[in-house]
Amino acid sequence: MPTPKSPTPETSTPASAAPAGGASTGTAFTRAIGLATIIGMGALAVFGLFISPADVRQSDSVRILYIHVGTVWVAYVAFAVTALSSAAYLWKRTTSLTWDRFAGASAEIGVLFMALTLLAGSLWGRLSWGKFWVWDARVTSTAFMFITYIGYLAVRGLGGSHQQRARRSAVVALLAVLEIPLVHFSVKLWRGLHQDSSVADRTHVTLHGLMLFSLFVALVAFSLLYVWLLMHRQRVLAMQDALDDKGLDYALQQRRSEGDA
Amino acid sequence: MLRVARLLAAKDLRIELRSRVVTNQVLPFAAIVMVMFAFALNSDAVVSRVAPGLVWLATLFSLLTLVQRSFAIESADGATDALRAAGVDPAGIYLGKAIALAVQLAVLEVVLLLSAVVLYRAQLRLSGVVLLVTTFVAATCGLALVGTLYGGLAAGVRGRETLLPLLLLPVVAPVLIGATRATEAALGTGGATVADGWPWVGLLAVFVALFGVGGTLAFGPLIEE
Amino acid sequence: MEPVVRLSNAVAVLGQFPVLAGANLTVNRGEILLLQGPNGAGKTSLLRLCAGLLPLARGEATVLGCDLRTNRAAVRSRVGLLGHANGLYADLTVAENVAFWGSTVGASASEVTASLVRMGLSERLANVAVSRLSAGQKRRTALACLVARRAELWLLDEPHAGLDASGRDELDATLRDATSAGATIIVASHELERAGALASRVIEVAGGQIREITGHAGPEGVR
Repeated sequence: MPTPKSPTPETSTPASAAPAGGASTGTAFTRAIGLATIIGMGALAVFGLFISPADVRQSDSVRILYIHVGTVWVAYVAFAVTALSSAAYLWKRTTSLTWDRFAGASAEIGVLFMALTLLAGSLWGRLSWGKFWVWDARVTSTAFMFITYIGYLAVRGLGGSHQQRARRSAVVALLAVLEIPLVHFSVKLWRGLHQDSSVADRTHVTLHGLMLFSLFVALVAFSLLYVWLLMHRQRVLAMQDALDDKGLDYALQQRRSEGDA
Repeated sequence: MLRVARLLAAKDLRIELRSRVVTNQVLPFAAIVMVMFAFALNSDAVVSRVAPGLVWLATLFSLLTLVQRSFAIESADGATDALRAAGVDPAGIYLGKAIALAVQLAVLEVVLLLSAVVLYRAQLRLSGVVLLVTTFVAATCGLALVGTLYGGLAAGVRGRETLLPLLLLPVVAPVLIGATRATEAALGTGGATVADGWPWVGLLAVFVALFGVGGTLAFGPLIEE
Repeated sequence: MEPVVRLSNAVAVLGQFPVLAGANLTVNRGEILLLQGPNGAGKTSLLRLCAGLLPLARGEATVLGCDLRTNRAAVRSRVGLLGHANGLYADLTVAENVAFWGSTVGASASEVTASLVRMGLSERLANVAVSRLSAGQKRRTALACLVARRAELWLLDEPHAGLDASGRDELDATLRDATSAGATIIVASHELERAGALASRVIEVAGGQIREITGHAGPEGVR
């Protein structure tokens, strides 16, 4: 882990992070991504609900998987982006509040999609195994990840200066990278010693060619959605930080005139 | 760093010897938790089967209290600020407070284990003693290291009482699993053999190594303004 | 000679509130500087900034040759801060507290004893737990901890608060001794007649800025 840099004053927001016009977070690029997301989701609905066949054993419940796999993919990617952005913030040569905002925006999206994943997953589990929850290592560490990043977001909301928020939350994000594999490994070891078999043995899905393609459509559509959300959310956070800085300018004026009264 | 760590650990332990807060408040709390578990489970057989898990669960609950206490000592009269202002190496503060916490935890765990023997009829066996001691040492170090780390983060902020459990409990899950399984193996609970326990001690050792290094690096940035 | 403290347009922020709103200040070696001003003017923040505790948000600040923008931690072991809080452990005795804070900076046992003597704590009070002391006695203990630190720059926030007449005399004598040994002192105080007699220079803090400077600057003002 790189040693954190003592914060350098960085109050101006990079121009790239706050688009002209001030009130909008959209650019030509995000609009293109947004359009592609809509098309992708439409295609997913068509493929997932109509074109792809029902599974031999799981019948129509297999269609939940297109959502489930898409959301879990986004959540994992989002948390990976949070970890990498946090490392980039803490690394002296790349330190910038932009990384911190990417980390925060990505974690928010990750938590949202992790919640959807757990929801869709337990519904599917109820339909295919008759239970909402199994003590599988992957399922359990996913739930831990969800709680851990809720904690990460709580740390982000603690207040203080932008630099303090960034440093503190980046360290917490990197500690989460230590925690998650340990939890996963320990749950795996735990289940391994019991007679209960893991999900993989009992949930064998025979993937039809069209099903595989629908899954692929889901991954693309959800990835586009992630990028679209991330860009917008990151810009909103940049605007909030810029607003704080503007507020600081105003507060400075107020503060200076205090003594004159 | 080690000089600072020794200084801080000695200071924390001396404060505990004088104030007896842990002895007089946390130990009775842990004991009553053990009694409450028996009420909830309502079966001698079940309680004796899950005794190792209950010992570690009670340890985790007490850990939260111990960590709060450890940092309440510092924040009561602005000593956290004074430590930072004195330019004391944060890694030394971290290790020192973790050592003091580990000593207090160790005492607590011994009491909990003995209460499991008395209340839950858990059986100690000679062949498992080495495993049992190793497990307790490793788990205690792990809990003290992460407890101090997240305790330091939560100490300086509003809402610290509620933030600490949210951050700390998910992280110590591997310790709960590992220490419980290893303790079961050492006691022979549910027919486990001593050999079953050593992989879990390995897990605990990895945990201690990772969070020992990670915590030493991370503590400074976490407590800094 | 390089000034001990040089602030130029220093801005420091707590939360989103600018506690320091562009402070300019130069303090030379051997000065005893008195900060005065109403509550909430920024005196405490100024001291905490100089101690390397509060991060600098804008502007420039150098203390004892360390740039606070890039390396505020480096300055900490060389300054001594007495804040509003005493930083004492209530369950330890006076002597144990002073010994603890002395040893954080590597003070020897004799130096610890000397600082206890300096603040009149060496006899009856030395082995009394801090929780049993009066407010003024706690303040004395905190000052003894500070003396044991042998800092180059002393930052004192209302040091006279709670002290009795003999305590104030001891404090003033201690501060004079420290400056003649080469230390520099910044005191924030509302006790103007007391601190004013001690100070080589008085400045007014208001609205997070340094307002006016009276008296004469420079080390020659000390004696």
